[in-house]
Amino acid sequence: MNALHSSLKRAQSDGLARIRDDFPILKLRVNGRPLVFLDNAASSQMPQPVIDRWVRYQTSQHANIHRAVHHLSEVATAEYEGARKKLAAFINAREEREVIFTSGTTDAINLVAHGYGRRFIGAGDEIVLTTLEHHSNIVPWQMVAEEKGATIRVVPVNDRGELIFEEYLRLLGPRTKLVGVGHVSNALGTVNPVREMIQAAHEKGVPVLVDGAQAVPHMKLDVQALDCDFYAFSGHKMFGPTGIGVLYGKAEWLEKMQPYKGGGDMILSVTFEKTTYNVPPHKFEAGTPPIAAAITLGAAADYLAGVGFDLIHAHETDLLDYATDQVNRLPDVRIIGTAEKKAAVLSFVVDGVHPHDVGTLLNEEGVAIRTGHHCAQPVMQRFGIPATSRASFAFYNTHAEVDALVAGIKRVQKVFR
Amino acid sequence: MADSKQLYQEVILDHNRKPRNWGVLADATHKADGHNPLCGDRIRLTLKLRDDVVDAINVQGESCAICKASASMMTMAVKGKSRGDAEQLVQEFRDLAIGKLDATGPGHLGRLTVFAGVRDLPTRVKCAILPWHTLHAALNSVASTTTEADADPMHAPIGGGA
Repeated sequence: MNALHSSLKRAQSDGLARIRDDFPILKLRVNGRPLVFLDNAASSQMPQPVIDRWVRYQTSQHANIHRAVHHLSEVATAEYEGARKKLAAFINAREEREVIFTSGTTDAINLVAHGYGRRFIGAGDEIVLTTLEHHSNIVPWQMVAEEKGATIRVVPVNDRGELIFEEYLRLLGPRTKLVGVGHVSNALGTVNPVREMIQAAHEKGVPVLVDGAQAVPHMKLDVQALDCDFYAFSGHKMFGPTGIGVLYGKAEWLEKMQPYKGGGDMILSVTFEKTTYNVPPHKFEAGTPPIAAAITLGAAADYLAGVGFDLIHAHETDLLDYATDQVNRLPDVRIIGTAEKKAAVLSFVVDGVHPHDVGTLLNEEGVAIRTGHHCAQPVMQRFGIPATSRASFAFYNTHAEVDALVAGIKRVQKVFR
Repeated sequence: MADSKQLYQEVILDHNRKPRNWGVLADATHKADGHNPLCGDRIRLTLKLRDDVVDAINVQGESCAICKASASMMTMAVKGKSRGDAEQLVQEFRDLAIGKLDATGPGHLGRLTVFAGVRDLPTRVKCAILPWHTLHAALNSVASTTTEADADPMHAPIGGGA
């Protein structure tokens, strides 16, 4: 058992060294120190094969899609639709048309708020969200609620930062028209029981939108197994480019939903008397999409599949356990978010030191973390703190980088002693 | 290159540990709340103006070390100053923080030039400026201010409109 464990570890770290070499930015030095990039929950870095894909597209494949009959347009269209196919396989969607390219998670949620919310939510209806949501899964629903006279109900969390499931069940009522829940909390790392939540919602006929921005880089996603109605995520948090994201939606919903934006590509015919909309996914992709970004995101999905989520999960669990243990040994440092099931996110507060001061001093050591409210102010309010420091890990991070973080925190405490 | 060693000097750490004039004046003639939504810093500034002179000034709130030390040193600097002189310090401090004013040049900032280091840390400029923004708001009878949007010190002049 032990031998197996250590040989597995060796294999992992061997694999890891090769993986790190794929990321040119990780060789940077910041303030004279090697960059220790622990802000992956905000945005992750891009490996060379993914960067190369972008360059190859712009170098030899670019034209507008779905339009012209010339060679390049056909190539670009095939590559763009090929990326959709890759993403569909990556999340195990039943059909490719269930994958809509958006500009990111925020855009994807707004698409649902508009296309589903404005159509199916009315006065007196209820939208169930959770305390853990990122502002991007709160504000679009507040806009719908205000416009329609609907109410938002909020699932509370316990002191570990876990949703209180019984409270969730209690909030599901006859007027509930949608449940919106983050798969993984960006501020605390809590992995929410979305499968069980979806099941409970479906028993009442309520559709569920999952904000998966923080889950997709860490775990194998299977939208059919989850049975979610909508699933939103971003390219730049899964080692792809910014400006691209995905909304997965069940075809039955997408067909019933109204388009979000009007324009080219989302129509079948236009006269000034009447416009006939295209079918999903094109109905929701008005205008020229970020073609290069979509194709590059396809390459990022390939890359992640190549690394393998088994390895990613094993290594990140190891890193999180190690970091949690090391930080717990520090006096006067408190970890916020101690859920049983967590992704590799470590939010903490240092007694007597504001997170912004922690962040500035760590930056001096080349250690990049995020400090602030993480666009999740309700979470901060729940724990009675204005902000936290957050280290968030990716599979390319190492134990030595955790050591750099811990040494940095010790120095912060020394400076502020 | 950002060098926070220059920023977290002993004088700043000391004012963070023991902020001077920390509290709320009961008999204030002017007050304002300052908020930096970026990091959640929130301060309340109360001051007593007598014959157009800052007779007393207090700040209280929750903030990072840079903001707290800046507030503490500000209260010491403007106490006993005329409204006009205080406003001039506000202007000079803002210029120092955004790198428009040389710390070694002429001016009235004195020990406050210790904050010159923030100019290399754009995300921290607002922390240092918040107390001064709030002072400006209080002197002009504006109830609350922020470091964002039109009031963003990186984009807008501090005295604009109010």
